[in-house]
Amino acid sequence: MIKIKEYVKVQSLEEAWQLNQKKSSVILGGMLWLKMQNRNVGTAIDLSGLGLDKIEETPEEYRIGAMVTLRELERHPGLEADTEGAVKESLRHIVGVQFRNLATVGGSVYGRFGFSDVLTLFMALGAEVELYHAGRLPIEEFAAMAYDRDVLVRVIVPRRRRNTVYLSQRNIKTDFPVLTCCVSREDGEIRCAIGARPMKAVCLKDETGILAGGVTPESAEAFGAWAAAQVKTGSNLRGSSEYRTMLVQVLTRRALLETEKMRG
Amino acid sequence: MQIQLWINGKTVTDDIDADLLLIDFLRNHGCYSVKRGCDTSNCGLCTVFVEDRPVLSCSMLTARVQGCHVTTLEGLPEEAEGFGAYIADQGAEQCGFCNPGFMMNAIALFRENPDPTDEEILEYLAGNLCRCSGYEGQMRGIKAYLAYKHGKEGENDA
Repeated sequence: MIKIKEYVKVQSLEEAWQLNQKKSSVILGGMLWLKMQNRNVGTAIDLSGLGLDKIEETPEEYRIGAMVTLRELERHPGLEADTEGAVKESLRHIVGVQFRNLATVGGSVYGRFGFSDVLTLFMALGAEVELYHAGRLPIEEFAAMAYDRDVLVRVIVPRRRRNTVYLSQRNIKTDFPVLTCCVSREDGEIRCAIGARPMKAVCLKDETGILAGGVTPESAEAFGAWAAAQVKTGSNLRGSSEYRTMLVQVLTRRALLETEKMRG
Repeated sequence: MQIQLWINGKTVTDDIDADLLLIDFLRNHGCYSVKRGCDTSNCGLCTVFVEDRPVLSCSMLTARVQGCHVTTLEGLPEEAEGFGAYIADQGAEQCGFCNPGFMMNAIALFRENPDPTDEEILEYLAGNLCRCSGYEGQMRGIKAYLAYKHGKEGENDA
């Protein structure tokens, strides 16, 4: 059970950063996973007074505040249209509406959880994170970084219409995924993120030019096979490494072919 | 720490510990409809509204609802009675422990989407677990209630 000595709703990011330099401090997201940990927290830092509960739109990007809930993300009309429903598809299987009304983008991304649908989605969309001290960096780089005591301020998604397909395999509804796959295409660029391997998501591009001649049933099959060979998988109680590797191949192929259908 | 909020329209002021969860605060203030089922943020039994949005009160710090309006099933007697009768008519539940959380989230669904499809109902209520039933009775109850409501609205329109 988590114990919290002091709760502080901070007035500035600087205050949050200062308080967070202590090892016993923690920044609250939706608190859904945090609550289940057995730890003593000195100061629980709440960012909810900083206006980070908004999705700002500029001509170039969506600037998603760390305190935006997954439910708000799921219902955002601009993101829905630009990703052709992939944002909603990636989130709607996560537990339930009440859970997603609490879970935050910041908490989901900062955690860099292996099981994360959210991380898989954002990687495929070519998102960046904005940290208070380290500034902006690609989410792939952030995912690979060691946990430090910086403050995640927002996630930034390029505002471009992309053909995006999100697929996940679950043993039962609302459970953690066994594997996640998100393919996003814009002009010639293809980004294919694979998550819940069960390790953190990774993002593949068409480095070897398998899809250079276009996405066809044959090239999608070949890319799926290549992806399965590239992506390391592991075993846990939800599925074996062998099963996951087969899922990488199948979901990648299906997602690619779906994006091709979107392009008509 | 001092906190002030509204529970079912009434102002409440209290001195709380920083780690007091909203579910415990509400039960301490007589809202016994709010149940702790799984305690792992999965079952939906502890569902309440904070500013009219359904949330899991087992996973929320009371400190975070400072100045907010919190609603439990005790605060929605008319909606609860009207809809509850349709669930009871179907004998949908056996033990009834999951009922308050289920009712709250179903009411949130009706407010957000007054005419949901079966798929939308199942998706919205996926985070409300019932270990006695197979959810068929609840689905029948919801559909009968919606048919009644829409019929009534039709009458009013005419």
